[in-house]
Amino acid sequence: MENHIQNLHEVLSQVEGYVYPNEIELNWSVLIVLYPYITGLVAGAFILASLERIFKVHILKPTYGIALLTALSFMLVATLPLVSHLGRPERAYEIMITPHLSSAMAIFGFVYLWYLLVVLLLEIWFDYRRDMVIWASQSTGFKKSLYKALSLWTTDISPKAIALDDKMGYIVTLIGVPSAFLLHGYVGFIFGSIKANPWWSTVLMPVIFLFSAIVSGIALVMMIYIVLSKIRKIKIDMNCLDTIASYLFYILVIDFVLEGLDQIHRIYEAEESFEVLHKLVFGKLFYTLFIFQGLIGTIIPLVTLATFQFYKPKENIRKPIYLITAILVLIGVFFMRWNVVVGGQLFSKSFYGYTSFKIGLIGTEGYLMAAVWLIVPFLILGFLLWLLPPWKKADSEPEISEV
Amino acid sequence: MKKEKSNISRRDFFKSGTFIIGGLAVTSVFTPFNGILFATEAPKGKGKWYGIGIDISKCIGCGKCAKSCKLENNVPQEPFYFRSWVEQYTIKNDGSVVVESPNGGIDGFTQSVPDEEIFKSFFVPKMCNHCAKSPCTQVCPVGATFETDEGIVLVDEKYCIGCRYCVQACPYGCRYIHPEKGTVDKCTLCVHRLDKDLQPACFDNCPTEARIFGDLNDPKSNINYFLKNHTCMVIKPHLNTASKLFYNALSPEVR
Repeated sequence: MENHIQNLHEVLSQVEGYVYPNEIELNWSVLIVLYPYITGLVAGAFILASLERIFKVHILKPTYGIALLTALSFMLVATLPLVSHLGRPERAYEIMITPHLSSAMAIFGFVYLWYLLVVLLLEIWFDYRRDMVIWASQSTGFKKSLYKALSLWTTDISPKAIALDDKMGYIVTLIGVPSAFLLHGYVGFIFGSIKANPWWSTVLMPVIFLFSAIVSGIALVMMIYIVLSKIRKIKIDMNCLDTIASYLFYILVIDFVLEGLDQIHRIYEAEESFEVLHKLVFGKLFYTLFIFQGLIGTIIPLVTLATFQFYKPKENIRKPIYLITAILVLIGVFFMRWNVVVGGQLFSKSFYGYTSFKIGLIGTEGYLMAAVWLIVPFLILGFLLWLLPPWKKADSEPEISEV
Repeated sequence: MKKEKSNISRRDFFKSGTFIIGGLAVTSVFTPFNGILFATEAPKGKGKWYGIGIDISKCIGCGKCAKSCKLENNVPQEPFYFRSWVEQYTIKNDGSVVVESPNGGIDGFTQSVPDEEIFKSFFVPKMCNHCAKSPCTQVCPVGATFETDEGIVLVDEKYCIGCRYCVQACPYGCRYIHPEKGTVDKCTLCVHRLDKDLQPACFDNCPTEARIFGDLNDPKSNINYFLKNHTCMVIKPHLNTASKLFYNALSPEVR
């Protein structure tokens, strides 16, 4: 509390122009940047997985399981930064018990649970049921009981039962794709529907959030696939990687066009808020918007991926470039969320000035805490890959070890 | 004696039952749209419906309103938490605008712009607009903030989860998170004083009677007299928040 007040005094001395006195404190900080970032990764990874399942892009098969487990790992963490950011986290359950239906935020709990329980868990369960039954019979001790419990003590792996699993999995994915769109488009709506904030209030916000989510999810799965193959000393399926990269390219183009359209629209309309936003973009957001989001996160990956569409260098050059591109895209989308969430609070709603953003290393709102929420999903993913290795599934294709 | 058979057949029972349940379901689907039209709900009844008037031409920038508000309502003393504050607007000869509000105006003002550069200068007291279509109550995920039947926007601090969505949704910067409680805090129009037939603290302490307050439903009230005799305006009318804080002599620079 003392620290908090001291911080605010420091921010007060850095205020430019005039901000309403209650606006000196920046209310949504790095944890709320993580929330749309993480849910976006979930939605994107799931949509990539569903390409294989629904649209029968079988070339993506090596990443199907990885994408699903990635989506689950990040989904399990998605609400935690949100809840830990609340002033009264112990009351978080109220949002589920007494939701206020005119609030965009109130629906989040339901959308989240729907997506987690109905879509992700069910799909993974149907996908892995046969394997869990087989693994249960092959393992001993705790692992055996764990697999048994996870398969809900089912044992039927007759062709008929497996066909049913497959059909159910397909239906769940069919429901899952619009659900993934809903999940992330909805997160965009939380910001886009705030008419008080001209930086957020745009009808394109849900669409932009959705496409940047798909971009980030694809990049994440791409990165994990490359790193995982390296760790497991398995040869990367370059056809698969090239296909993922081309999808990343297409969606990145759409995302770039949409965000560009949004900015052009703002510039051309030049409403009341234009001056304050113009200064914001070229001032406090210059590095995060033009350098990190624009140049590093969008232009460089776009140019690289576009080049690879008609000129493909050798595999051992393509691989590291794909890895770097994926990481750059992930950084870019993180800063896109940053620019929306933090950027939207740096200027005063009086349009007469700017507050500044100060964040510590430690504390529940600090960088370390944010880093924890970004690392935890990878630990969960590690555990899930150990428990449910997609490459050991009965229907997985044989892999070639790297020499 | 032969038992009389009921006139309602099972088929009819299901028919009317389905009709009633379906009707209820359809109505409940449409109820949220009221929420969209009125943010929460339409004003009820013909009871009191409070509105506020501020006469900018009468405000001398003494900051008594802001100070009395902090004292009356135990608002944290630090200069980051205000339910009521005063802004000093200075329009320079070149048309540029300087706005200042050191410590919300509680300690008074000094003019930072040299006299010869000033075109005009005035004070604007700010507080919650108690909007009838308040965006803050619209977005509260748990319904902890609400509009009373008298048109006062309040917060149930025992219920608020501190998500800060309402702080983001208020176009006027009237809400803050209480540093000790972790919940949102805002002007209550001194509802505890209204209950005792007293005026809100900021109105009671205004030495120039620049602040007027009363029942908009009562044609003879102070506020209606004020609205009738002045050309009043609300801040940011384009946002359609149905603000009930009306300013006389509001300059277009004020936001």
